[in-house]
Amino acid sequence: MRQLSFFSWALLGILTLTAHAADAINIGEFASLTGGTASFGQSSHKGTQLAIDEINAAGGVLGRPLNLITEDDQSKAGEPSSILQKLINNDHVVAILGEIASSRSLEGAPIAQSNQIPMISPGSTNPKVTQVGDYIFRICFLDEFQGKITARYSLDTLHAKTAAILTDVKQDYSTGLAEFFKLNFTTGGGKIVSEKSYSSGDKDFRAQLTEIKSAKPDVIFVPGYYNEVAPIAIQSRQLGIKSPMIGGDGWDSPDLVRIGGRALEGNFFSNHFTPNDSTPTVHNFVAKYQAKYGDIPDAMAALGYDSAKILADAIRRAGSTGGPALRQAIAATKNFAGVTGTITINAQRNADKSAVIIGIREKQFVKVAVMQP
Amino acid sequence: MTHFLQQLLNGLSLGSLYALIALGYTMVYGILRFINFAHGDVFMIGAFTGYYCAGWLLPLFGVDHVGFGLIGIVLAAMLVCAVLGVLIEKLAYRPLRQRPKLISLITAIGVSLLLEYGGQFTFGPDPKAFLDKAPDAIRDRVQDLGLPLDGLGDLILSPLQLMTFAITLALLGALVLIVKKTRLGLAMRAISNNPTAAALMGVNNDTVISFTFALGSALAGASGILFALSYPSIDPLMGLLPGIKAFVAAVLGGIGNLPGAALGGILLGLIENFVGASAFSTYRDAITFGILILILLFRPSGILGRKQPEKV
Repeated sequence: MRQLSFFSWALLGILTLTAHAADAINIGEFASLTGGTASFGQSSHKGTQLAIDEINAAGGVLGRPLNLITEDDQSKAGEPSSILQKLINNDHVVAILGEIASSRSLEGAPIAQSNQIPMISPGSTNPKVTQVGDYIFRICFLDEFQGKITARYSLDTLHAKTAAILTDVKQDYSTGLAEFFKLNFTTGGGKIVSEKSYSSGDKDFRAQLTEIKSAKPDVIFVPGYYNEVAPIAIQSRQLGIKSPMIGGDGWDSPDLVRIGGRALEGNFFSNHFTPNDSTPTVHNFVAKYQAKYGDIPDAMAALGYDSAKILADAIRRAGSTGGPALRQAIAATKNFAGVTGTITINAQRNADKSAVIIGIREKQFVKVAVMQP
Repeated sequence: MTHFLQQLLNGLSLGSLYALIALGYTMVYGILRFINFAHGDVFMIGAFTGYYCAGWLLPLFGVDHVGFGLIGIVLAAMLVCAVLGVLIEKLAYRPLRQRPKLISLITAIGVSLLLEYGGQFTFGPDPKAFLDKAPDAIRDRVQDLGLPLDGLGDLILSPLQLMTFAITLALLGALVLIVKKTRLGLAMRAISNNPTAAALMGVNNDTVISFTFALGSALAGASGILFALSYPSIDPLMGLLPGIKAFVAAVLGGIGNLPGAALGGILLGLIENFVGASAFSTYRDAITFGILILILLFRPSGILGRKQPEKV
């Protein structure tokens, strides 16, 4: 009897192993499909899925189809840890795509690093993310760059001499970007006249904005996420503040204007991508995305798309899906033609890319400048 | 001075929203000696009622009479929430009225969770723009109502804020009228004093209690709309924090005491605003709840509450 049960367990084990050795390559994705930054996760997931579908339609990678396993972290801290454990230990993914929000990438990265599973963040801009370890990569620019260009734009184009900063203290993205803006604005000759803060999830910013108003800044830097930026814009106009607001890529969402409406008129933010670019690469991507989903892709969608394509390309170059080999191939990515620009992964595992400044006019996003690194 | 006045106005705006919700908490406690933790979620349902009504109700009044359209939405939300409140009472609380209060408390938490996660399932968990369903012209007009009036110098006051104050005062006045001048109000006060004696005097406890819930929930519904007009991003969990803060406000003013709830709400709004403007702005919520602890430690009957001696 005991030998029989041993044999059946052995059989089960062999079957499981062979099932794993069969075709698909499992790729894990963690994104905020719901919650306060839902549009980030939904966009990046749609872009990623589009890329995966295209790759599989062309025969997959190394003759095997890619299987995307997506988990929703609900825009909540604490979720990424359990999600990454599940993806790595239960689903045996060879690599992880995610996240957009730097705080959540920072939470998940140590787990990927310790398991030697490469992680590519499509859109986290806080420098600390790739500093976690050599298995963590990103395909977007850093907040050091974003802070610099937003400060430059404020000083040179908006002719601002004074600025106020309104930071989201709950998000690493926001606090990091605020620091870089402050550094560059002051070294560029400007003066920070007020620094106030709020938390993600807050609804009322009138207290902080009234204080900012009395400091009379020429421009207000709001490095937050769209769900708070929209009410901030509304309340600043309600308080009679006339100065323009400028922010970072955390503003990029269709919900920004849906919630904020006309209050956003005349404000600016820096971004990775604009769907209105006339290059054939962008044009084709926008057409494909629209055909599949019915709406126009935003920066997060484009970054999601590029992250999946770069990962597939790296698997191809590595010739295998093992952690160390894949890691090396990702690190060696050079001049990859992405829809968000030409992507080369540098020694710090970041990408040196140009950015666009978007102006909001008549509730539309309009490209007003391109900033090179 | 204008600066201080401005912060005062901001605080009053916020405070009146808390006051409306706090009134519901305090009425139910006054009559039933029971904290209805689902109250904050009734507030959320009010906001969502407005979200779904806006699409067809506002265009009926058009862009030029958008003020009347907004009042229409407030009334619609009040109606839906009143019915919801009566339903909750009948299904979840009435069967447990003779049981220990702890059981009702736990049930209330259950109802709260049901509304929140049921809402997430029904409406979707993501934040929505409050007037998303209304035509653009009307949305812009409503947003304009939030812009400051001219001719006030440095002081910022918008038609929306005035409307919030006016509706809050009107509802407060109506409530005081009902409680002080009508037979139903007399019955409510009787039950609050001694339910058994009231029943012996011919009061139909069940009807009056349902009516109390309807009233309190209607106020929460109105507050939901006014809140969503000022802070246009709504989601199924939006009732959590305002609900708890309104509870703190009710305790601050004296739970069971109607003017106390209004006072507590205003006070809390003011404190929250002044802390938010100071260097301690990130500790704003921590300070709000710190107040709850302090009040319960040093003056549990609240500012306007009377010390209730334990009758043994």
